[in-house]
Amino acid sequence: MSWTRRKGCSAVTEVLKYLLLLFLVVCAIAVAKTRDLLSAVIIFAAYSLIMAILWQLLAAPDIAITEAAIGAGVTTLLLVAAITKTRREE
Amino acid sequence: MEDIIVRYVTRIILPFVQLYGLYVVLHGHLSPGGGFSGGAIIGASMILYALAFNLSAGSKKLSHDVSSALESGGALLFAGMGIFAILLGTNFLGNKVAGIPIGTPGNLFSSGAIMIITFGVGVKVASTMITLFYSLIEGEDHSHDHD
Repeated sequence: MSWTRRKGCSAVTEVLKYLLLLFLVVCAIAVAKTRDLLSAVIIFAAYSLIMAILWQLLAAPDIAITEAAIGAGVTTLLLVAAITKTRREE
Repeated sequence: MEDIIVRYVTRIILPFVQLYGLYVVLHGHLSPGGGFSGGAIIGASMILYALAFNLSAGSKKLSHDVSSALESGGALLFAGMGIFAILLGTNFLGNKVAGIPIGTPGNLFSSGAIMIITFGVGVKVASTMITLFYSLIEGEDHSHDHD
């Protein structure tokens, strides 16, 4: 697996990586459990931001830029726009 | 939304966001990123402008019709560069074999047709984001049905 320790990957980065992965799982569960759709969209934006940092740590800056722009930016805006057109509760 | 903080911050960061998007698009053949990533950044910046100010202010800068035309124009630029290589006597999207000059690798103007193709992709993606947003917002107003 690519999670094994590589050259130039310090111990702090390893700890940060696992912390971010833990937070990613927490965010993913929270999105599914939240009843308020607007809160779910905001948590989903946080999920995308963590995913972008993880892509950068996995040495994929191309995907990181796209994830930050699409996932955290455009998707959030489009989902909020969809909520303003419909109801806020599930 | 009449929030002075959001408007002021938007007015400050918007040039930097758009400059960074343009940088990612134009350096698509040299650095990470490319047409899709940079176009998404530019599109997100314009959606931010339309959200922070009014929709009418946003469509004054870039109307729905213009963004629809740009959307087709980006795809046409891509296909046009491909057919241009066919007219020069090689394959679709042929670059060096078609005789398009290629500069020194590493320079900004170095990869022949790739830079123009990436620019076309960037225009297409950016205008697609804006058109999607306009289509979603401008549609029929159903909000009073549920209130």
